[in-house]
Amino acid sequence: MKHKVAVTVNGRRHEHEVEPRLLLVHHLRDNLGLTGTHIGCDTSQCGACTILVDGRAVKSCTMFAVQAEGANITTIEGMARDGELHPIQQAFWDEHGLQCGYCTPGFIMATAYLLAQNPNPTEDEIRKGLEGNLCRCTGYVNIVKAVKSAAQTMSTAPAKKTTVAAGGE
Amino acid sequence: MAVTQLVGAKIHRREDPRLVTGHGHYTDDLVRQGTAYAAFVRSPLAHARIKSIDVTDASKAPGVVGVYTARDFKGQLAGTHPAAPAFVAEKKYIPERFPIAEKEVCYQGEIVAAVIAESRGQAADAANMIQVEYQELPAVMDLEKALEASSPKVHEGAADNLCWDLAYTGPDITEAAFKEADIVVKQRILQNRLAPVPMEPRGVMAEYETFDKKLTIWMSSQNPHFIRLFVSGSMGLKESQVRVVSPDVGGGFGSKISPYPEDYLVPALARITDRPVKWIETRTESLQNATHGRGQFYDVEVAAKKDGTVLGMRVTQHLDVGAYVGTFSAFQACACLMAGGAYKWKGGISARTIGILTNRVPTDPYRGAGRPEATHLVERMIDLVARELKLDPVDVRRKNFIQPSEFPYTQNFGLVVDSGDYEKALDRALEIAGYEELRKKQAEGRKHGRYLGIGLSTWIELCGFGPSAATAPATGGIALVESAQVRVLPTGSVIVYTGTHSHGQGHETTFSQIVADQLGVPLESVELRHGDTAEGTSFGYGTYGSRSLAVGGVAVSKAVGKVIDKGRKLAAHLLEAAEDDVVFEHGSYHVKGSPDKTKAFGEVAFASYGMGLPEGMEQGLEAVAYFDPPNLVWPFGAHIAVVEVDPETGNVQLQKYVAVDDCGNIINPMIVDGQIHGGVAQAIAQALYEEVVYDEDSGQLKTGTLLDYSIPGIGEIPSLDLDHTVTPSPTNDLGVKGIGEAGTIAASAAVINAVSDALSPLGIKHVDMPASPDRIWNMMKGARK
Repeated sequence: MKHKVAVTVNGRRHEHEVEPRLLLVHHLRDNLGLTGTHIGCDTSQCGACTILVDGRAVKSCTMFAVQAEGANITTIEGMARDGELHPIQQAFWDEHGLQCGYCTPGFIMATAYLLAQNPNPTEDEIRKGLEGNLCRCTGYVNIVKAVKSAAQTMSTAPAKKTTVAAGGE
Repeated sequence: MAVTQLVGAKIHRREDPRLVTGHGHYTDDLVRQGTAYAAFVRSPLAHARIKSIDVTDASKAPGVVGVYTARDFKGQLAGTHPAAPAFVAEKKYIPERFPIAEKEVCYQGEIVAAVIAESRGQAADAANMIQVEYQELPAVMDLEKALEASSPKVHEGAADNLCWDLAYTGPDITEAAFKEADIVVKQRILQNRLAPVPMEPRGVMAEYETFDKKLTIWMSSQNPHFIRLFVSGSMGLKESQVRVVSPDVGGGFGSKISPYPEDYLVPALARITDRPVKWIETRTESLQNATHGRGQFYDVEVAAKKDGTVLGMRVTQHLDVGAYVGTFSAFQACACLMAGGAYKWKGGISARTIGILTNRVPTDPYRGAGRPEATHLVERMIDLVARELKLDPVDVRRKNFIQPSEFPYTQNFGLVVDSGDYEKALDRALEIAGYEELRKKQAEGRKHGRYLGIGLSTWIELCGFGPSAATAPATGGIALVESAQVRVLPTGSVIVYTGTHSHGQGHETTFSQIVADQLGVPLESVELRHGDTAEGTSFGYGTYGSRSLAVGGVAVSKAVGKVIDKGRKLAAHLLEAAEDDVVFEHGSYHVKGSPDKTKAFGEVAFASYGMGLPEGMEQGLEAVAYFDPPNLVWPFGAHIAVVEVDPETGNVQLQKYVAVDDCGNIINPMIVDGQIHGGVAQAIAQALYEEVVYDEDSGQLKTGTLLDYSIPGIGEIPSLDLDHTVTPSPTNDLGVKGIGEAGTIAASAAVINAVSDALSPLGIKHVDMPASPDRIWNMMKGARK
């Protein structure tokens, strides 16, 4: 039996009928065509599928689509606005915080949540805040740098900061 | 090369805007109209006879298009899995391998049936309904027992489990060295089996156009042209009827070089069902089936004099081949040929490799492939010599280094090391680390019961595969040269095609830097394309073995050179000057001594598509080049790790890591550092955290999820202090060497040397990998008895 689920993703409302077992990540990728959210494991270790659900970072493989009924969701596709990269995206680019890019959307979304909670994290806080995400290419060195750099940019550009604190609404 | 503006500069990667915004195209992001989905039924047992397969219920399940077993593929696919000679030309036994098992399964995860359904969920549901009756057979797991005559066999009915046994050099050649020696140091060194774990698992989508007889395969691969070669052959298609597209690739680390069963089965299923078929590997399937790396042990003996001079080495590699022979499995035997490291062994090296079949998934190259093992063993042995003689490991290294004046240096196995300055890199690393201070701090700490350790790795590498004379025999015919095509469009922008294929290395940026500089055009005027066999040159050789820049980048540069040369002929004609008098600089041609008589590159490009060309010149401005390198390239460096071992728990804390690397001329320092970061992290992972574990009796994989197979997270890898020396390679015009594997080749030895050093007050000389708290705790407990 299928269930109706209505979600607002990156500011647009979507209604679908889905199987109750459908994971939110599959709903985003297969029904909404938002393939920037990636799948890297079966067991919620890797964090490649991290998105914001009502402003909180969530691994979208840990939620059924039906559990997201009524939720306000931001995916990686909702971060850049009007052709301009979000400061976190810009920082990952500037600091070479990605190589193959597969884990990157998840890291960027987890960073968005981290910086919304703690706009000026120490290196330890960055490492603690992103412990749910795995990267195999960078050794994390430049990811830490990117998060520091994004924090700095965002603390001097309050408008962008608001966008993230509100979960991209 | 023309005036350099971009080469050597930190140019931000051109691939990143799409990747940071979620607009990359990985295989699973692509869909074709009418796609059906594949799920595979895999053996839960390491070794068993298949008695029966009942597909009745699965065939009737909702959404099922069809259920298929081995016999359905018999008319579809032919041949056996390719096993290249690599470094072992003659193998004693290569078991036949069809992509799907019919009578016997030989590792856990081997495919026995396939389901095609309308959705992924339906395919997975139906796969669960297939009933396979197995008769379990004994699993062969232990490398030494596998060689005993009484051992069960990995494949029923086989004579033995020996894949190869090759002595590159016999023990006799080192006899004199061992006689002459003041000391002989012996050690068995384990190389833990590792899973590559690219964050994007493998995936294959295939579409067969029945009436046109054309097959397109989209897949996550490091090596699309070789896949086209293998799959077209197996499916009875002409190579020209098959197109392999490898879009953005989410990491590979060697595990996406060789063909896999699914690479044949998915296209065959597309042809059988007349539907586009997609299969995306789950992480558990990946850990079970994607080829593993390492999985070896070494017995090593070193003969040395009292002053620390090393004389000779004897090394025997036991290598776990797995249940079938991986396409480039025998490449890993290069550990033997590289066992001498950065040192001179006047009394020779005796080296033997033994490849042994077991009921595990096959091993194949994993980042570094043979060279991390070589570094690890030689760097460990150098430390053991220093320890035995109570010398500083720095001094023993200095004493034995090949000296800068000795390059090109022909090492013990006849390989010619192109260039190097090992002491310079070591000095720099010691300085950055503050080595003397560290030793004082260590001595002080020991007084208070603290186990601080300092470990060195003065590593070298051979990469950039490679010269045709060496690589054509190693692949069975195709030389691992590289191709490039440069097309200049009428309005002067440039499309460059390379036969290499990035899976995170940033070739779209680095290769474009080279081209833009050479042509004197803006970076934005250059597009770099790769990963699609329908574009560019006839054949490409893929990305692995740190070859892309040193072979592919040079091919690109050569093709650009041909374009410039043709442009010069045309410019001379337009400028009414002799060709020899026309020079190309800063993006324009001008007549020597008359700087006002110029034609910009764009003008020449436009003219090349027009009329009035010189006699005999054809229209257009494009060129193809293949680069066959005269030698391999030889990066090197010096790494230092500082650790503290917790005396209570055995936990290793990595406190500091210094890496000084030399990859010759650097095109983009940001990307080079990124490669070192990632490479070092993967070796730290081997040294401290990772190990593929199978149950030694049943052959069950115990590390089948990322919960059990613990790749390091952001809390496990410290900041790394990097620096470089620059010793250009004399082998190619760009003076470049590879850097993709360097960190992985270097770092496990530094970390383990540090851990062994930390535990030396307990009398512990050698620690195997991974140096997990549990292993160290047990060793400390044993030592304190």
